[in-house]
Amino acid sequence: MKNFFAALSALAIIGAFSSAAKADISIAAVGPLTGQYASFGQQIKDGAEMAVKDINAAGGILGQKIKLLTEDDACDPKQAVAVANKVAGSGVVFVAGHFCSGSSIPASKVYEEEGIVQISPASTNPKYTDEGGPNVFRVCGRDDQQGATAAAYIVKNFKDKRIAVLHDKTAYGKGLADQTKMAMEKLGKQADMYEAITAGEKDYTALVTKMKAVKIEYVYLGGYHTEAGLIIRQMRDQGMSATLISGDALVTNEFWSITGDAGEGTLMTFSPDPRKNPVAAPLVKRFRDAGIEPEGYVLYTYAAIQAWKLAAEKAGTVDPAKVTAALHSGAVFDTVLAKLSFDKKGDVTLPGYVFYKWSKGSYDYVK
Amino acid sequence: MEYFAQQMVNGVTLGSVYGLIAIGYTMVYGIIGMINFAHGDIFMISTFISLITFIALLSIGITWIPLALLIVLIISMAMTAVYGWTVERLAYRPLRASFRLAPLITAIGMSIVLQNYVQIVQGARVKPLPPIIKGSYTLMEKNGFTVQISNMQILIILTTIILMLAFSALISKTSLGRCQRACEQDQTMAALLGINVDRTISLTFIMGASLASVAGLMYLLYYGVIDFYIGFVVGIKAFTAAVLGGIGSLPGAMLGGLIIGLVETFWSAYFSIEYKDVAAFSILIIVLIFMPSGLLDKPEVEKV
Repeated sequence: MKNFFAALSALAIIGAFSSAAKADISIAAVGPLTGQYASFGQQIKDGAEMAVKDINAAGGILGQKIKLLTEDDACDPKQAVAVANKVAGSGVVFVAGHFCSGSSIPASKVYEEEGIVQISPASTNPKYTDEGGPNVFRVCGRDDQQGATAAAYIVKNFKDKRIAVLHDKTAYGKGLADQTKMAMEKLGKQADMYEAITAGEKDYTALVTKMKAVKIEYVYLGGYHTEAGLIIRQMRDQGMSATLISGDALVTNEFWSITGDAGEGTLMTFSPDPRKNPVAAPLVKRFRDAGIEPEGYVLYTYAAIQAWKLAAEKAGTVDPAKVTAALHSGAVFDTVLAKLSFDKKGDVTLPGYVFYKWSKGSYDYVK
Repeated sequence: MEYFAQQMVNGVTLGSVYGLIAIGYTMVYGIIGMINFAHGDIFMISTFISLITFIALLSIGITWIPLALLIVLIISMAMTAVYGWTVERLAYRPLRASFRLAPLITAIGMSIVLQNYVQIVQGARVKPLPPIIKGSYTLMEKNGFTVQISNMQILIILTTIILMLAFSALISKTSLGRCQRACEQDQTMAALLGINVDRTISLTFIMGASLASVAGLMYLLYYGVIDFYIGFVVGIKAFTAAVLGGIGSLPGAMLGGLIIGLVETFWSAYFSIEYKDVAAFSILIIVLIFMPSGLLDKPEVEKV
């Protein structure tokens, strides 16, 4: 029933847009709205809808209203390219997305050809901006930063512990696990085990036994929350008390609903929580009033759209080439995350990653 | 040794789940000679029915787990059986006299319909169930490495053995089983001898679906995470198990399931986890090259 009302209110919001906006400027938000990463797609959608609503309520951009298209790439590289073509065909000038690095990277090639600005709120694989065109930006960190933070923490706190490094073979998961492993080795700590798992599977008992046999005490996973949750559950089933450490793909409450209490003490790296930023407080409150918890990437998506809007206003046009130049100009954009600017590659100049710990169903900084 | 024993426990549990689902493929193939590609999705639907029933029971205050489990099992078996029966009635029976590939195509269509139906009705997100059956026994301990078998694993293995024996007895001893075997050999002759062929085939689908729903409940309790897509992945493995064991043969399905489960587990245990599916499917190819009709073969396999 709750879903039904959520659907109704979503419909009402869409209805409000289509009547208010005479489709002056189209922008798109793309993320996995179906499949096992759907909770992240929802974060992108929630953030984008709120941002567009706020911009339109404040008079639009350069006097024109914005129309938001929401598309689903299911975190599948093939579908991401298809969606990118579809979005490009509908005259969009800016895309906030995608979520998975594996989708953002191939989609960015399409946007580059079509001259569309892309700001990803969540894709952390270094290749995304390293190999992307001038139109490619992100408001989140990079996995080489994230890996370095994770490695430094692991070496500092768990130097004498036995650690396994796992990845799920995706662009994000493998990228992050390899960055962390490399950084750890530079600091003189070798992983005791390095294995690949298959995302989407449910049985990791063989892996757990393998880890148990070499007495692994900490597990570093480059992967998403579903696999993380399953591995934790199956470790506890076999009487293993190892702690899982992972990256920013665990920032969803769905992780806790899979693990239950078994997730207690799980560590993860993520950017400093934007919800704790005093500037964001009124916005956070409005999200909560609307029944949305602005966890994970909700505010990042909001900030991505804000940054594009400010750049367009600075350029005095929504023409993608000019907006790209404005974004690259080093100008400071005052977003809900912080005052930020972009470097030559399109990476954001925000402070890096910090460690979080899951406890009693929510995450907070490690003390 | 302890390591081997623990991996054995893992492998047998996984194999049991595959075997339970494989029986559904094999029974349908045995009787009408077609692969019911929608079977994996029937299994998926049963996990959803179980989860919804569970939540409903908890919300009306039935919290004593054994009773709740029993009610869930009964409701899930009944409703999944209705799905199995409906699929046969709608998609396969009208095409029974048609050319051989026709029901195969509707089976694939049915599988897509069921997946999308659940995706629309239940949403695309994963649905979790917190661990319900907890606890485990330590079988051995040496140098700090414990071999553990959880209550859930015991339940899965026992359920599989009991159902396997029950269904074998049903096929070989009861009159329904005799009807099924008769239809398997020659439907026209069976009909001439007074067997209601339509009814027998419907019952076969109902039995297959009920077994899938038992497997579905075990899966839900053991892994605790379901989504609309699980039927495809599990279905492929179970189908492979059925073919490996010799499709059409009940013990073959069980044997095939166990082999696939064990190969996956032991490959993961001693080699790279990355290539375990390659290992499992390679075994299938090798077996089929030398024994084209599977390990416990039935003669004359027709290709689809």
